[in-house]
Amino acid sequence: MEDIEQTEKTFETKELTISMGPQHPATHGVLRLLLTLAGENVVKCTPYVGYLHRGIEKLGENRTYLAALPLTDRLDYISSMNNNVGYVNAVEKLFGIEAPERAKFIRTIVAEMGRISSHIIWLGTHVLDIGATTPFLYAFREREVIMDLFEMLCGARLTVSYPRIGGVRNDISQEFLDELYDFVLDFPSKMDDYETLVTENRIWKDRTVGIGVISAEEAINWGLTGGTLRGSGVDYDVRKYAPYDAYDKVEFDVPVGTNGDCYDRYLVRMEEMRQANRIIRQCIEKLPAGPVMADAPKFTLPPKDMVLKDMEHLIHQFILITKGPTVPEGEVYMGTEVPKGELGFYFVSDGSGRPYRMRVRAPSYVHASVLPRLCEGGMIADVIANIGTIDIVLGECDR
Amino acid sequence: MEPIEIAERLKERFPADILHIKEFRGQVSVTLRKDRIVEICRYLHDEPDLSFDYLTDVCGVDYLGKKEKRFEVVYHLYSIRHRHMIRLKAEVSEKDPYIDSVMPVWVGADWHEREAYDLFGIVFKGHRDLRRILMPEDWEGHPLRKDYPVKGPEKEWPGFLDVLERAKRFSEFEWHER
Repeated sequence: MEDIEQTEKTFETKELTISMGPQHPATHGVLRLLLTLAGENVVKCTPYVGYLHRGIEKLGENRTYLAALPLTDRLDYISSMNNNVGYVNAVEKLFGIEAPERAKFIRTIVAEMGRISSHIIWLGTHVLDIGATTPFLYAFREREVIMDLFEMLCGARLTVSYPRIGGVRNDISQEFLDELYDFVLDFPSKMDDYETLVTENRIWKDRTVGIGVISAEEAINWGLTGGTLRGSGVDYDVRKYAPYDAYDKVEFDVPVGTNGDCYDRYLVRMEEMRQANRIIRQCIEKLPAGPVMADAPKFTLPPKDMVLKDMEHLIHQFILITKGPTVPEGEVYMGTEVPKGELGFYFVSDGSGRPYRMRVRAPSYVHASVLPRLCEGGMIADVIANIGTIDIVLGECDR
Repeated sequence: MEPIEIAERLKERFPADILHIKEFRGQVSVTLRKDRIVEICRYLHDEPDLSFDYLTDVCGVDYLGKKEKRFEVVYHLYSIRHRHMIRLKAEVSEKDPYIDSVMPVWVGADWHEREAYDLFGIVFKGHRDLRRILMPEDWEGHPLRKDYPVKGPEKEWPGFLDVLERAKRFSEFEWHER
């Protein structure tokens, strides 16, 4: 007995500092967290980012507006379509041109497809991190359909670069619309499958309810956006607050949570997928006829068949590609709602064909900065739940 | 409230600090002196009918050779309650690259300010943890400055030299037949 008391007195505990990542499977990329642990409790959490920094802002400043579009694919590489749509919208605002109605609807369709595919990846990986393997496999089945549709649309699956400044690259085919419509009709039943697997699952609820709680005021103060903010009960959605493309012509609801924990953020994103599906359906039904490129010859490339036939068009294309369009001097900020949150582009134009400053306000960057706030004081296992719930992609975070 | 009205109100409240107001494509930018930036932000945040509760973005811009003061720190503010936005631009010179941190008003400014420090070399006074964030800690220079070469510096970064050396060492490894 005395021996035991003796050992208890001399038994010392001390804090342990471990490095989680950058090659940890649950960090969704190359995120490194330096965790100070007291037993299983997280005392301090310091995120380190920048492993994927490619200087996209610097590169954008040295290219024409037309040539910088493919760079935006590489931001959030699992929803590249949404980044393209955000980029072209911001540039159009700077140029002062507007895409034709049909192009706006097409962009809305593809952006919502991108949202579904990104949220599906989020769902799959988030539940996989927490221990459920099955939804991950199902999720990739649906993503594959969207990827195939993208391939049918523009030839690329991941880095699409399909929208263009002033419209979209090519019109959509009836075959594409038919297949998409089949997917749209089928998708709600797939959502029901996921919800049966996850939503009321007791282990899932044990791992997420009451974890990573952040209040509405605090979430706004941190600058959170997207599903991460709406889980705390703030109905801020750029698509509703400052509509772009065709979002003011379709009906959809903005789901919000109440408690601001991981479980509410999960519910919000699940409902967002259903709403995205609803938007696509309305867009297909309302899709107007007409051209898909704006009639703004000073800013948009001439049609390819004319370039091959006509000298003036060839010269015009040559000037636009090499020198870039002549852009009015000024500065513009435009935010769009991508799956992760608000993606903003801020352009400073000095009147030349290249942006003087191209700034990307990346939602993942802001969301990664809130990790210490969510993780500190919790358990180490909840760190994984928190990383999943803020839905970050490091390509966008590091730019 | 219309953005131009907000700018006028700001001009009334802080007449000495507002330099000029410019509107482009319906967006208003207010250029101001950097000295009272926190006070101005606090006013915009707390005033009930302005209530800029959400800091969208903070970034630096380098106007090398274009403007008298080389840098500008640009703040994009938004009010979720009233749905209006405004852009503040604080001028910072190269000789005195200091500006007060707005972290006391919006804690979300944390990483944006670290990024502006990392990529432009603008120092935010009162920031709790001003370190490089996107570039390695021992990186020299500030990549988003206009006089920084696009292809990077002549000298390789020591961390990369280390990787090269290690790769060379591993490639020299010989498999022995047994």
